[in-house]
This record gives sequence, C-alpha cells and structure tokens, in this order.
Amino acid sequence: MIDRTPQCAASAALQGQSKFIFEGAKMALPIILGYLPVGLAYGALAGSSGLTIWETVLMSVFVYAGSAQFVAIALLAAGAGPLSITVTTFFVNLRHLLMSAALSRYFRGYSNRWLAWFGAELTDESFAIHSARFRQDPATYQPITMLAVNGLAHLGWIIASLGGFLLQKGIADPGKYGLDFALPAMFIALLFMQLTKRLDLLVAAATFILSVGLGQVLPVYWAAILAAVCGAFFGAIVLWQKEDEQCAGK
Amino acid sequence: MRWEVAAAIVGMTLVTYLPRAIPLVVLKDRRLPRFMVLWLQFIPVAILAALLAPSLLQNGGEWSFGWQNPFVVAAIPTILVAAKTRSLMLTTFVGIGMAMIINHLW
Repeated sequence: MIDRTPQCAASAALQGQSKFIFEGAKMALPIILGYLPVGLAYGALAGSSGLTIWETVLMSVFVYAGSAQFVAIALLAAGAGPLSITVTTFFVNLRHLLMSAALSRYFRGYSNRWLAWFGAELTDESFAIHSARFRQDPATYQPITMLAVNGLAHLGWIIASLGGFLLQKGIADPGKYGLDFALPAMFIALLFMQLTKRLDLLVAAATFILSVGLGQVLPVYWAAILAAVCGAFFGAIVLWQKEDEQCAGK
Repeated sequence: MRWEVAAAIVGMTLVTYLPRAIPLVVLKDRRLPRFMVLWLQFIPVAILAALLAPSLLQNGGEWSFGWQNPFVVAAIPTILVAAKTRSLMLTTFVGIGMAMIINHLW
C-alpha cells in the first residue's frame, strides 16, 4: 500500500478550509436571493434608460450600492451632471459610516489592506450578516468565511445586474415568486438574531417607529440614519445609567 | 462609455467607498470613550430596525401601512418564525413562500 499520510493531511486541511467557505456560502445565499430581484430591476432600468452594458455592470462592480445606483440612473436620465450625482450618492450612502464604525471593534489587529478590501464590500445586507455572526461568536468567525460571504454576494449583485440588462423587458415580475420579500425577510431574521436583551427589543421598536415617523417628512436615507443614531443613543444612555448606578452601589 | 457616466461612476465609487472603509481602518485599534462603545453596540440593532421600516412599509416611494400592503401580512408569520427559530435561512424561505402565496391571493 502507498503511504497516504501526506495526502490525507492535505485533504484534511482543504476540508477544514472548505468547511469555512461552505459556511460563508450558506450565509451569502439569503443575501443573493435578496439581491436577485433588485439587481435584475436595476439592470433592466439601466438598459431601458440608455446606459450601455459596460456602464451598467461597472457601476455594480465599483459602486455596489443598490439604492444609490437606482438614484444615479434616474439622475442620468434627467440629464444631471457627474458632480450632482456624486453629491447625492454621498448622502444616500452615508449610513455606511455608522456600520463601518460599529464593526471596527471586531477587527483589532487586522491589516489595513484587509480592511481596505472589507470596506469595499460593506453593504446594508453584508453588514447585517457580519454583525449577527460576530455577535454570535467573534472568535470562530474566520476571515476566509468573510471572504466567501462578501465575494459571493458581490458576484450575485453583478450577475443580477448583467442579467437584468440582458433580459430587460423579458424579466418576469419577481413578486410572483415572492422574491421581492427576500430582503425584508432577511432584515427581520437578522434583527431578531441580534435581540438578546430586553433593551435591544426596546431600542429596535423605538428606532422602527422613529424611522417611520421621520420617513414621512424626510427622504428615507436621512430618516434611517437619524433614527438609527437616536435609537442607539437611547440604548446607550439607559446602559450608561445602569453602569453608573452599579458603580455608585459599590 | 460616455465621459459623464464614467466620471459619475468614479465620483460615486469614491464617496461610497470612503465612508465604508475609513471608520474600520481608523477605529479598529483605538480605545474609544465608554459611551461611544455603548452607542456603537446598539448600532446594528438600531440600523436594522431603521432600514426594516421602509423596506416593509414603503413601495415605490409611497408609504402603505394597512392590510392592503402584502408585505405587512407576510411580515407577521415571518416575524413569528424569526422570533421562534432565530434561523436566517428558515426565516428567509418562509418569508419568500408567504409573499408568494399572498401575492397570488391579493
């Protein structure tokens, strides 16, 4: 018999890796399902409002932000210049600043190069899934899993955009298959996964209501940022007071 | 590729990328004030709740709160499954299935 030990060790290492990649793929699946209808709609709209295939796909590769891309298409079609599109995009996407800051504590000791890449892949959906996973157990969350989540999700977004462009009017209404509900359903799941204390539930409820209220008078991207800032502030004050009382009690 | 579109994509990429990457790089090894640590701890829950509101209740720029909004109906079993199982996969699939049924009935 041939000595198989080296191969076994190698395949065991590969199997270890593939386990982590598989975990990432499993996490990316709901994101991809959510991106599918949105990306298809974006590609179809981009094509029908006169963007070329390269313009459509490169925007999904480099910008990678659903709502901002829709806004950009509408602005381009209305004849807006690059500067006004850039300024609008900045405000529409400013909420990522909060997400990036909130995840930073889990990346102690990571290289700047890794974070430069990770930042490029940070969307509402990937943020939600990373923060839920980190909250579960940061010690077992492997970089290779993050790589798989981000890479597959981004690839899904690009392919969906391309598909939308190519199919254009040929795409069926995604609502028929319930796919338009994939993103809200995912947000619900990820929110509930992170409600570990009663205060979390209170913060979530208050922020939800505030977001609806502010959304009546402000554009949704402003309403979401303001509601999240205030909701988290409320939670922080309550915890802060509790800690103060505990200190005073000692 | 037209130059205005290329310029718009470059501009959009920069202003989207920088807010996504800078806090990660700048804050990762820094000791933050206690209050800010507490505040940041609530950001995931708060931002998810804030984004959930329009994704459920807004359709094409219009807010819709009643039962005529199929997402409101689909949200109820989805929330029950999410609260009970805390499983991402199961919740997403139940949600999609419910929405499919409701969209056919409405």
